[in-house]
Amino acid sequence: MSRKSYEGVALAAPVTVPYRRYSTRDAHWWIARALAALLKDTGLKKDAIDGLGISSFTLGPDTAVGLTQHLGMSLRWLDHVPMGGASGVVCLRRAARAVQAGDAEIVACIAGDTNHVDTFRRTLSTFSRFAQDAVYPYGSGGPNASFAFITDWWMRQYGVAREDFGKLCVAQRRNAMDNPHALLRKPLDLEDYLGARVIAEPLHLFDCVMPCAGADGYLVMTAERAEALGLESVRVLGAIERHNAFPDDPVQIRGGWALDRDELWAQAGVGPRDMDFFQAYDDYPVITLMQIEELGFCPSGEGAAFVREHEFAYDGDCPLNTCGGQLSMGQAGAAGGFLGLVEALRQLLGRPLGKQVAGATHGAVSGFGMINYDRGLCSAAAVLARS
Amino acid sequence: MRARPRLKNPILRTRQPLTPPMPRSRTALGLTAQAAEGRFSLQRCESCGQVQYPPADSCRACLSEELPWTPMSGRGELLAHTTLHHSNDPFYRERLPWRLGLTRLEEGPVVVAHLHRDCPPPPAAVGVTAKLDKAGRGVLVALPADELGDMSTDPRHGEFSCDPEHRKVLVTDGKSRVGQALVRELAAAGAAVIWVGQAEPWKKFAGQDAVEKLPQVTVVPLDLTDERGVKRIGAEIGGRVDILINNAEVHRTQGIADSGGAEMARREMEVNYLGLLRLAQAFGPAMRARGADGGASATAWVNVLSVYALSNYPPQGTYSASKAAALSLSQCLRAEMQDAGIRVVNVFPGPIDEEWNQPLPPPKLAPERLARDIVRGLRDGVEDLFPGDVAREWLARWKDNPKVLERELALESRTA
Repeated sequence: MSRKSYEGVALAAPVTVPYRRYSTRDAHWWIARALAALLKDTGLKKDAIDGLGISSFTLGPDTAVGLTQHLGMSLRWLDHVPMGGASGVVCLRRAARAVQAGDAEIVACIAGDTNHVDTFRRTLSTFSRFAQDAVYPYGSGGPNASFAFITDWWMRQYGVAREDFGKLCVAQRRNAMDNPHALLRKPLDLEDYLGARVIAEPLHLFDCVMPCAGADGYLVMTAERAEALGLESVRVLGAIERHNAFPDDPVQIRGGWALDRDELWAQAGVGPRDMDFFQAYDDYPVITLMQIEELGFCPSGEGAAFVREHEFAYDGDCPLNTCGGQLSMGQAGAAGGFLGLVEALRQLLGRPLGKQVAGATHGAVSGFGMINYDRGLCSAAAVLARS
Repeated sequence: MRARPRLKNPILRTRQPLTPPMPRSRTALGLTAQAAEGRFSLQRCESCGQVQYPPADSCRACLSEELPWTPMSGRGELLAHTTLHHSNDPFYRERLPWRLGLTRLEEGPVVVAHLHRDCPPPPAAVGVTAKLDKAGRGVLVALPADELGDMSTDPRHGEFSCDPEHRKVLVTDGKSRVGQALVRELAAAGAAVIWVGQAEPWKKFAGQDAVEKLPQVTVVPLDLTDERGVKRIGAEIGGRVDILINNAEVHRTQGIADSGGAEMARREMEVNYLGLLRLAQAFGPAMRARGADGGASATAWVNVLSVYALSNYPPQGTYSASKAAALSLSQCLRAEMQDAGIRVVNVFPGPIDEEWNQPLPPPKLAPERLARDIVRGLRDGVEDLFPGDVAREWLARWKDNPKVLERELALESRTA
C-alpha cells in the first residue's frame, strides 16, 4: 500500500528566537518565546492553537505535558519528539498527519533548548544508556569523538580530503555573513579552516558545531486554513524518516536515507536536480556529505568529487545551508534539528534571515540525530515547495 | 620496564585525584565484575549465540534474556581511530591528548576502546582486553596485536595498572614466609622502597637478616593490635606509601567446639579485622590525598584475605570468620578509596603451605607463588585475586551455588 500524500498540508510562520552562546533561562523560556513569536507573526490568538509538537533536550524534568500548564494551553493533540537533529522533519510528519486526519486544526511545532555553562557536559554524560556505559567513559570527548571515527573512516574509504569538508564549511560561513542571528560571523577561508586547532583528529575547530541556546518553530495546518487566515505557506511534497538503519554496518557508512530516498522522490514527484537549495543537518561536515550522497545529489562514494565540482554558497549552483547552518548559527540543542526546516520555509516564503536564493520554489531538508552509541540512529528528510 | 617517573617538585601543590566518569547501568557493571578478576567477557546470547556490546537487557537478535558473560578471544580489527585534543571531563583534560579506537571484534561487535600509542593506524589487527580504570570501572583497551596484556609501554595506560616498579611499598608483616616472599618479589619488580613491618621489634624474626640485606628494605615496628603504634608509623611513612600490602594475620586452626573460650578468636579478630581497620584509619587518608601525586602516586591497597572469607571452613572456623569480617571491611575501604583512584585488591588464597595448615592435604599454595601472583595482579590491575588451584575451585563452587558449597564444606570437615 502506498503511503498517503501530504497534499493539503500547509507549513507557515517560520520563527527563530535569536540564539545565544549561553543563557541563564530554562528551556521553558525559550519555547515560550518561540510560541509568542509564532502568534506575533501570524496574528493568531493562543487559543487558536490546538496542537503542540515539542522537541528539547533540556526541558527536564518536564516533557511536553508540563509545558501545557506553563504556556496556559488547552490542547487536543500533543507530541514530544525526542529525536534531536531529526526532530524538525519528524515533528512535521506527525503534525501533518494530525491536521489531515482532523485531530488538530493548527499545530505549533517548537524546538527549544537552553545552554547554561555546564549544560553541554551534563547532557553528554547522560545522553543515552549506551553513551553512559560505553562511550562517555572513554575520554569524554562527546560527539567530537564519535564523529571523528566516522570522519576518519570516510576520509580513508572514499578519499575525502579535509579541503573538501573545508569547502562546505567556508561556503556556509559565507552564507552566514548576512544573517544577524548567526553567532559565528567572522569571515572564514580555507586557510583558516585548515589551520584551525585540532579537536579530535581528524576534526579541527571549524568542523565542530558550537553548543548554544535557542528556539525555532513553525505552524502546521491545512492549506484551506492557511488561506483563510491569509498566511503564506509552503507545501509538503514528500517526507521520510527511519530509525536504526543498517545496524550491521561496522562504521556509519550510511544513514536511513539510503533506504527511503527513492520513495521520497517518488512521493514528491520531483528529483534532486529540481531542488533550488538543500538544508542538510550539519553537526559535522561528514554528515552533510553523507546526506548529499544518500539523498541522491550524487552517487554514493562520490561526494568528494561532487563537492569539488559545485559551489555551495547561496549564489552557487548548489545552495547549501543558506543561513549558515549550525556550523555558523550555533547548535541550539534540539532546535538544531529545526533550523534547516525553518530556513527552508523562509527561503520558499521569501523572507530569509540572510541572503535569498534567487527564484527558490523547491527545496530539500534533511535531519539526522541521536548518537546513541557509535552512530546517529534517526534520519529524516522532506521535500517542500512554495504554495 | 618503565622509565623512572620524575619526582614531583615538592614546592608545587599536590593535585587532587580525579577519576574518569563512574556512572554505569547495572547491566554494564557486568563488564566491571569480569575485569575485576582479569577477564574480558561480553554478553553472549544463550539461545542464538549473538555476542553483543554495549551491554543490554535482551538479545538484540532474538530478544532472549539469557545473556551470560562469556570470555572473548580479544582479537579485533581497528576500523577507525582518533586522538582527542579536547575533553569535557576534568580527568581526561589533564591527560590529553588521548587516543581512542573503534574496533570490530572477531566475535562481531564493534567497540569503542582506549587505544594504545603503539597501535598502527587502521586498518590494523589489535588485541582488545578489559581493564579497570582509575574509577574502578571496567573499560576496554586495544593494544598492538603482538603485545596483548602489556600496557606499560604507553604511559597513559599506566594508570590501568598498579605496577610496583619505582613505587614505595609497605608490607605489614615481614615475619611470615609470605611476607618475605613478597619482599623479594617486590624488589625484583623494581619497587623503590620497601618498608617491612615487624610486630615484635625486640627480637629478630627468622630471615630478617636476609630481608634487610636488600637495599630497598627498611624494617619498621608495626603491631596491628597497637592502635597508637599503628598511628605513629602511619604519621611517619603514611604520606609516602604508594602501595600497602596487608599480609599480617593471626591464624589458628580451630572451630567452635575445639576452643574453650573466645581468647584465640579475639586475637584473630584483633589482627585480621581490627588490624585492618587501624591500618585503614592510619594510612588511608594520606594515601587518598596522594592519588594523583605525580608519576608515582599512591595506587593500591592489597589485603591478603583467604578463600575461607567466602564461606566458612569449619576446621578453621574462627579464622574464616575473621577473614569474612576483613572482606566486609575491605569493601567499605574500596568504596572510600574509589574517589582517589586507589585500587583495593583483595587476595583470596587457598591454604598456604605453612605451619597452621600442617594437617591439610595438598595442593597447598607456596608463599613464593602467592607473592608472584600478587605482584602480577598489581601489574595487571585486577581487583580480586584467587591464587592457586584450591582457591579457584572454591570460587567456582561458590559462584555456582554458595549453599551447596556450605554443605560440602560441612561434610569435608567431618571426614578431615
